[in-house]
Amino acid sequence: MKFLLIGECREGKLLEYSYELFGFASQAGAETAMLLVGEEGTLPGYGGTVYLADAGKYGEYNPDLHKRLVQAVVERERPDYVVFMHTSYGWDLAPRVAALLKAPQVSEVVALAEGGGFERPCLSQKMRQVVKPQGTPVVLTLQGGAFPALVPGGTPQVQPVDAAGEGKVEFLGYEAAARKGVDLTKAEVIVSVGRGVGKKENIPVIAELARVLGGEVGASRPVVDSGWMDAGNQVGVTGQTVSPKLYVACGISGAIQHLAGMKKSGFIVAINKDKDAPIAGVADVLVVADVMQFVPALTAKLVK
Amino acid sequence: MKILVCIKQVPDMESRFKPDASGVWFAETDLAFRVNEYDEYAVEQAVLLKEQLGGEPEVTVLSVGADRVVEAIKKGLSMGGDRGVHVQDAAAHLKDSWQVASIIAAYAVGEGFDLILTGLQSQDRGSAQVGVTIAELLDYACATTAVGFEYADGTVTVKRELEGGVKGTVRLKTPAVVTCQLGLNQPRYPTLPNIMKAKKKEVRVIPVAELLHQEQRVAPVEFRAPARKGSAVVLEGELADQVDRLIGILKDKTAVLR
Repeated sequence: MKFLLIGECREGKLLEYSYELFGFASQAGAETAMLLVGEEGTLPGYGGTVYLADAGKYGEYNPDLHKRLVQAVVERERPDYVVFMHTSYGWDLAPRVAALLKAPQVSEVVALAEGGGFERPCLSQKMRQVVKPQGTPVVLTLQGGAFPALVPGGTPQVQPVDAAGEGKVEFLGYEAAARKGVDLTKAEVIVSVGRGVGKKENIPVIAELARVLGGEVGASRPVVDSGWMDAGNQVGVTGQTVSPKLYVACGISGAIQHLAGMKKSGFIVAINKDKDAPIAGVADVLVVADVMQFVPALTAKLVK
Repeated sequence: MKILVCIKQVPDMESRFKPDASGVWFAETDLAFRVNEYDEYAVEQAVLLKEQLGGEPEVTVLSVGADRVVEAIKKGLSMGGDRGVHVQDAAAHLKDSWQVASIIAAYAVGEGFDLILTGLQSQDRGSAQVGVTIAELLDYACATTAVGFEYADGTVTVKRELEGGVKGTVRLKTPAVVTCQLGLNQPRYPTLPNIMKAKKKEVRVIPVAELLHQEQRVAPVEFRAPARKGSAVVLEGELADQVDRLIGILKDKTAVLR
């Protein structure tokens, strides 16, 4: 069984999570080759074949050309699976590749299932489904963090790869992350606000608990999107990755993007009225309660 | 200008889910349905663009599914869509993402849409495939994960949300597909007069058999709750008791409370 792994470069660097592709291939016991649109300096620590397309020529983001580069390597390697990470690059490119190859695609794989099936989350991570792709090659995207990062070691044999044509999407440039607000990465205690607090006016109640615990206030993505709190407070893949001694999640259901940003916290308390919310999967303590009733009661008891 | 917005109706995510008789998807009994959150941003962006262009664009709101999805289409129309298309399919949940995209593309191919907007993904299946695949089938330009959107003279400039708070700006010419990320705009609440107006707007019904010409590529085989990795201590019951027990645990297990 052979996997073609699609690595990912941004601003001249190989993205760390590309190594999770090797972890997945190793777990599946597959032979591997990798395709990277990058440069010599972005090669992974890997002794296999790396098909390298010049990022200077093809751009780090140019999906219409990148899909043809994938196709060119697929024709040479004849892989059984073409594997991406489920990232802004992977979920954008994988369906284009699947359409071009007339291949089945399974998104956001979290585990291998028996008989050639794949397990993936559904219903906002609350449930799992197992699906079975029909035919080969199969296009997969992997959920970040689902498989361990693995650096195989060695120096790759580099094969150049090229593709012709024009892209329909013109890349204009990157915009750095807004880093105003608090540096949550240094906080020992973070009390985070989720949509479960109900409304913006309730946030001071949560902030008061943070103050009493000597911590900072964090936020989940929907809270930032709704304009209740500043983007500088956001915890998660698109915000800050934190690991305080104590993390208190108030009314946060636990989207995978949020969990990835806080699951390494020392001790996690989740306050949520939905006992099945995915946050329960990473919490040390789950308080099943209305956050706006529980938090003031907790704060009051703590100041006594 | 013609704009198509593809929306999905999904169950309320706070529900408890159980397998249906087929064992491969959830049972609909006792569930409340609503418009997929990501798709609400797509509807809003279409209506904002219509307003920007002085009302000239015609906004079509399409949904594939059982008869209940007409309610979702009506919501899109009450937010400002002009006409609805209901691709009637009581077994839509058994189609894979590829088939759903092929159904929508088969409808759109002769319609000459300049812009197709949809959510980045659905909250229930969450494959993030349908929008991009529609673009591939129609040979449209496509940008995903939009958190910024500008349109002028046939050119769309999209700010894409990447990881770690970084954004990437891309430019594409219509005809184009753009998939919308949460936070792109502030979806409006339909006003009562607009809800009344929406009732009179046309919703064309197309049986799925007229548009489905593709075989399934991914078969669902199982649906279940995730194995509980977590070993969370669950505190239920009286509020005062929960507070005392939590403080006890925090004193015991963390150095935060002394």
